[in-house]
Amino acid sequence: MLRELALHILDIVENSLNAGATLVTIEVIEETRADRLTIRVADNGRGMDTEIAQRVADPFFTTRTTRRVGLGLPFLKQAAEMCNGSLTIDSGQGAGATITATFQHGHIDRMPLGDLPSTILSLVIGNPHADFVYRHVVNDRHFEFDTRPLKAELGEVALSEPSVIAYLKQVLSEG
Amino acid sequence: MPVKSLEDLKKIKEEALQKRQIRNASARARVTVAMGTCGIAAGARDTMKAVLDAIEKDQIGGVLVTQTGCIGLCEFEPIVDVQVGEEPKVTYGKVSPERARAIVAEHVVGGKPIKEWLITR
Repeated sequence: MLRELALHILDIVENSLNAGATLVTIEVIEETRADRLTIRVADNGRGMDTEIAQRVADPFFTTRTTRRVGLGLPFLKQAAEMCNGSLTIDSGQGAGATITATFQHGHIDRMPLGDLPSTILSLVIGNPHADFVYRHVVNDRHFEFDTRPLKAELGEVALSEPSVIAYLKQVLSEG
Repeated sequence: MPVKSLEDLKKIKEEALQKRQIRNASARARVTVAMGTCGIAAGARDTMKAVLDAIEKDQIGGVLVTQTGCIGLCEFEPIVDVQVGEEPKVTYGKVSPERARAIVAEHVVGGKPIKEWLITR
């Protein structure tokens, strides 16, 4: 298992990008009163039919050709179930996919959220052809980050220019 | 709403475009960090962060930093591909954040690949 939930999120979003997604929405919702933590990654990629969707949580099932093992989703499923939670996969052929993982927020085995800003920063800069919406909700407080207006504003300036990196880092850590 | 507004972003855009016209440096180098599950588990996110931090701190323009999925050489993760100018792309293995900083300084900026860390694929 990975050390932080932020790394699992990074991993799952890579799946979305491999499926050709151009828009990925990442939601982290912390409800301390209900003792629940929800992580949701929704994409507009090519999707999976029901048969494949059922098999993705099997570590020995993968669509890649370089290896015969696909550990990302099975790892996340195990992490969630260890914390009285679950993993659900909602998808349809040609209709994108939504992965929802829930955890008991205060469970002793629930790994930390970790460095979410670095994860989002990595994804946004490293995948300039995709757009991301990142929402972090902690009880009643709400932070939303959307790359679409930012990119519209920047035009042709690359995301990996030094000043853009600094700007993104600041916005994300304030959130 | 973030404290840094779109106004700030507009200013950044104008400055960056001006600098580009002066230096004429449009994506002269490309750095790709492999971000498959094996890479993530080996610390690829921190490697990528080290590359971005180096670019930010030393104000290195014209470098395109992107990600890719698992390449299939999982034992050598974190893996970073570097392509500078017209040269062919090369692949570095076991790139820790410290190695990443050295690669940016010596290869991406200095033009000299660090041969001991290269792997062939």
